[in-house]
Amino acid sequence: MITLDWLYALGGTMFAAFALLSARDASNPKRLGNAAFWGLLALSFFAGNRLGDLGNGVLVLCLVGLAGFGRLGRGDPHTTTIAEREALSSRLGNRLFLPALIIPVTALLGTLAYNYTPFGASGIFDPKWVTLILLGVGALAALAVAMTWLRPPALAPLEEGRRLMDSVGWAAVLPQMLAALGAVFALAGVGDIIGELAGQVIPEGNRFAAVAIYALGMALFTMIMGNAFAAFPVMAAAIGVPLLVQDFGGNPAVIGAVGMLAGFCGTLMTPMAANFNIVPAALLELSDRNGVIKAQIGTALPLLVCNLLLIYFLAF
Amino acid sequence: MHYLPLIGIAIVVIGFVLRFNPLLVVTVAALATGLAAGFDLVAVVAALGKAFNDNRYVSMIWIVLPVIGLLERHGLQQRARTLIAGLKNATAGRLLLGYLVIRQITAALGLTSVAGHAQTVRPLVAPMAEAAAEQQIGDLDQVTREKVKSYAAATDNVGLFFGEDIFIAIASILLIKGTFETYGIELAPLQLSVWAIPTAIIAFLIHGTRLLLLDRKLRVSSSGCVERSRDTSAPISTSLDFARDERRGSGE
Repeated sequence: MITLDWLYALGGTMFAAFALLSARDASNPKRLGNAAFWGLLALSFFAGNRLGDLGNGVLVLCLVGLAGFGRLGRGDPHTTTIAEREALSSRLGNRLFLPALIIPVTALLGTLAYNYTPFGASGIFDPKWVTLILLGVGALAALAVAMTWLRPPALAPLEEGRRLMDSVGWAAVLPQMLAALGAVFALAGVGDIIGELAGQVIPEGNRFAAVAIYALGMALFTMIMGNAFAAFPVMAAAIGVPLLVQDFGGNPAVIGAVGMLAGFCGTLMTPMAANFNIVPAALLELSDRNGVIKAQIGTALPLLVCNLLLIYFLAF
Repeated sequence: MHYLPLIGIAIVVIGFVLRFNPLLVVTVAALATGLAAGFDLVAVVAALGKAFNDNRYVSMIWIVLPVIGLLERHGLQQRARTLIAGLKNATAGRLLLGYLVIRQITAALGLTSVAGHAQTVRPLVAPMAEAAAEQQIGDLDQVTREKVKSYAAATDNVGLFFGEDIFIAIASILLIKGTFETYGIELAPLQLSVWAIPTAIIAFLIHGTRLLLLDRKLRVSSSGCVERSRDTSAPISTSLDFARDERRGSGE
């Protein structure tokens, strides 16, 4: 059965290649920093389960040290010029989209086929990770097609991948780091303290205030944690279940579903949700790290108010 | 003291405001929180390492970069622009509205990773939106270009977040179900996903309206600076190089 570990081996191979190519890249004055950073990430993907918790912790501290003290630069591997790209684009035409579309189409049709046809009975994929594994399969298929068709230098995909990876830089591991921070918060009981504080500020018997603090608290705590999943159990325990469901007799399905979505409004407004907000800013090479968040606030705030009102009117 | 573990939140907020390196801020916050809660340093570092290792799947998205980079090397972004430039009525707002529909529907079917910032936004959606905006108002200044790109990323997020909860087997639905179960409240996933629909519709209306307003803003801003845009009618200047120069200049 193809499991997540296969995918991790693939990722590890790619990061190892990035590390080696970085090490010999004279265009980057900080090349050894880049080589060490991507090399450690390769180690994490290959051997993360064998390093032990403390070993992984030390690996994390090394990654953070490299990034935090400015040891990462940007490689500038040889590539085509803008003029060459224009010329290639008109010569190759719309067929250029086909390899790019192989990735989402493989993930889409593959997941549907695996879930709704006898293909699923073959059990070749770990059922928990079907789409992610198919994303990897799609990426490999697209790469094979593109290599056969375009016949670039053998190292071109790795060099181009490294160029994009360097443009993302340390932000590449920020989502994982924030997940790790969430785990430490949970260990230290931060959620319980917040829930206790939120529970204390509600005026007794005021249903609207309770709904408002539940919805706004979900958004605010999500902004702090960067993740609505961390906020939900806390706000449910502090307000959702004891007050809204048990005291006021609200419909738990509405309170649960819309409460979570109020949290998602918070996700749109926080740099802590790095994979949605900071990583794309790096990937699109925006000069403002918070550019994506700024574009989202105008949607998130009115939607948060709507969610609050939805709970108030639909749950009771 | 009882409230001492909250120090990590303060460190995060201050660190982000003062624009320290986020990785450093997060690590210091984690160490401070753990120590404040009475754990020893080794236990906190081990907890960090375990969670980092358990969440490696989050970073798997980067495996699409080599093929995306290879296609960009052969003019994929230029092709995406040309395709849109050939459509007479294309606007950035309408194009992103179309993407919002697709993203919400596919997410509602549980297909959350078929699109995303690395797979679709950078190579396809963002350049298409830029080309549509150029179609509307001519060359874009850097502020406008970045705004259009930010809206492309924002549209992906809004579509994903407010589509996925309609799917019954998504992680957040299962988490809600699991959380309520611990209080003896039994909920079926379908009950929960049904109640995600009103918010999905409202999210579409709010964000869709903002996308159409983006078109209007583009029109207004262009009528104010027609002269300037004529002066800078250089061949498609790449936003990439602009941003890169700026990042280098700021000594990042």
